[in-house]
Amino acid sequence: MEIIVCIKRVPETADADIVIDRTGRDIEKGGLVFDINEWDNYAVEEAILLKEKYGGSVTVISMGPEEVNETLRRALAMGADQAIRLTDPAFEGSDGYTIARVLSQAIKPLSYDLILTGVQTEDDGYGQVGPTLAEILGIRHAAVVNQIEGIESGRTRVHRELEGGLEEILDLELPAVLTIQTGINEPRYVSIMGIRKVAKKEIKVLGLRELAMKPEEAGEPGSLTVVEMVSFPPVGEGAQILEGTMDEISDKVVTILKEKGGVA
Amino acid sequence: MADILVLVEHRRGEIRDITFEMLMKGKTLSEKTGKPLTALLLGNDVGEMAEGLKDLANRVVLIEDPKLENFNSEIYQRVLGNVIEQEKPFLLFIGHTAFGMDLAPTLATQMKAPLATDCTDVMVDDDQIRAIRQTYGGKLNVEVRLKPAPCSMVTVRPASVSVEDYSLAGEITRVTSPLTEEIASKRFLEYVEAAAGEVDITQANILVSVGRGIKDPENIPMVQELAKSLGATLSCSRPVVDKKWLPKDRQVGTSGKTVKPTVYIAIGISGAFQHIAGMKGSGTIIAINRDPKAPIFNVAHYGIVGDLLKIVPALKGKISEAFA
Ligand SMILES: Cc1cc2nc3c(=O)[nH]c(=O)nc-3n(C[C@H](O)[C@H](O)[C@H](O)COP(=O)(O)OP(=O)(O)OC[C@H]3O[C@@H](n4cnc5c(N)ncnc54)[C@H](O)[C@@H]3O)c2cc1C
Ligand SMILES: Nc1ncnc2c1ncn2[C@@H]1O[C@H](COP(=O)(O)O)[C@@H](O)[C@H]1O
Repeated sequence: MEIIVCIKRVPETADADIVIDRTGRDIEKGGLVFDINEWDNYAVEEAILLKEKYGGSVTVISMGPEEVNETLRRALAMGADQAIRLTDPAFEGSDGYTIARVLSQAIKPLSYDLILTGVQTEDDGYGQVGPTLAEILGIRHAAVVNQIEGIESGRTRVHRELEGGLEEILDLELPAVLTIQTGINEPRYVSIMGIRKVAKKEIKVLGLRELAMKPEEAGEPGSLTVVEMVSFPPVGEGAQILEGTMDEISDKVVTILKEKGGVA
Repeated sequence: MADILVLVEHRRGEIRDITFEMLMKGKTLSEKTGKPLTALLLGNDVGEMAEGLKDLANRVVLIEDPKLENFNSEIYQRVLGNVIEQEKPFLLFIGHTAFGMDLAPTLATQMKAPLATDCTDVMVDDDQIRAIRQTYGGKLNVEVRLKPAPCSMVTVRPASVSVEDYSLAGEITRVTSPLTEEIASKRFLEYVEAAAGEVDITQANILVSVGRGIKDPENIPMVQELAKSLGATLSCSRPVVDKKWLPKDRQVGTSGKTVKPTVYIAIGISGAFQHIAGMKGSGTIIAINRDPKAPIFNVAHYGIVGDLLKIVPALKGKISEAFA
């Protein structure tokens, strides 16, 4: 079982104060903490579980700058066997389609039975790259997979998560791309020792030329959608923020609960 | 024909809400651009559904085939590729749902159509399509331009359009299914229902809901106590379930339950759209979050900005006193 996992390094912004940068088309990344995209962490774990069950190897691929090596090493420490990083100034400004296009160029010469991606990224949140990759490679796919039942005779049985707790079971021909949903497994813990152990492992780096791509096929020129500008979402009505000491705030909540919640 | 096309989403005989939301958005754009609005319905034995949609579009294109009984992206893609070739729509709307996430990217790639996913708004000026989508978990709005193309596609975020009544008195056009042979590379087998849980959070009058901001499962009893002091039920966001800190039946959101309690208290929940879609109908929403820019504050009626580890115990104290 040859498995490829596409992973992305993303800034953690749930808890951070984000600032729009000078271009007005993105945010300042300077002070932010980066880590593996949450969904991709589950995808790496799933790949390793499948390797443990069926044998074979796991290759992790990420498109991004040098710091991405850290994220790739984290995946190697989890149990991936090889890591590839795709990088080129020409990739800057790529949309979801073009990211998939770049990934596909790296994947085409490899042998694989399964390609795992996350359902979506925490930053761009396209939910697009995985299935697009499948279409470019001319293979099958299933999006929002929350269980892989098994693999047999060149096919796999997977569960797709639908709305409201409903799932559907699909039977799919391999090779295939599966986009992995959170909660499918419990990603293993990565220790500093574990990362140290893989510190010397080679990470293959490929650019535009190695991927046999022309500059006009990548980045903004190769993309079908272009970011014009970013802004902060309008607050709408917005919440009335309760101010004061902890005591005063708590009293206000009690009043609200009495008035609106019928709590007596 | 350069129509605005809306792909009808339905499951087990029911048209899903996203369909009406997309039709509403499509109607607004149709009025602005003068391009007709067409609903595209694929299914098996769905004539009645088509009748029900007639009023909401200028035309309902109906394609029936037993192979379209259940949603299957590969079979849908085969049919839609055909329809797009024939209809040459200007813009195709698909829901940003489990259905659309499985279908739209591959269809767009096949048709070489620019695709903007998870859009909260779509604008058309002189045939230039722009869309608003959110990034960073809803903390940023991004305006994207779709490069000119014969056909463009957007997927629409559920619950981002409010639906009003209108009537377009459209007609039904039947199109013969282009499917001939079986497609066996991707097969739908069956649905699996969610297991019935122990508690039914949809019945609760007050929900105290906890998110990833709780950081450690050891902090959950603290929130549980707050709930208890209020006679409320404990619910949560998805990561809390993913980490197995609380069971699935407690999850609020698109892939969990939709709730409408009198009061919803969101604690350490950022307010991703998948969560908000499941609770925004609540009577009064109180959010506690240390990030003043957390999207949850855009739907909450009252907000407390600060550390939940300090706020929750203080609240619990006061509430126990007040409602003893
Ligand atoms: C197909 C699909 C379906 C999904 N379905 C659902 C669903 O049904 N329900 C759902 O909830 N999600 C769902 N999600 C996931 C969703 O996209 C978000 O990832 C999730 O809602 C985030 O949960 P959260 O707000 O608890 O965590 P985070 O986004 O990590 O937010 C944590 C919040 O806690 C705050 N915080 C941290 N520490 C403190 C502190 N000490 N005091 C106060 N505040 C603090 C932070 O500022 C932050 O705002 C789905 C995703 C996909 C792709
Ligand atoms: N730069 C990247 N490098 C590697 N994989 C990526 C990259 N961007 C996206 N992906 C993969 O595609 C998935 C979906 O991303 P998106 O379509 O941006 O939501 C992610 O979870 C990753 O598995």
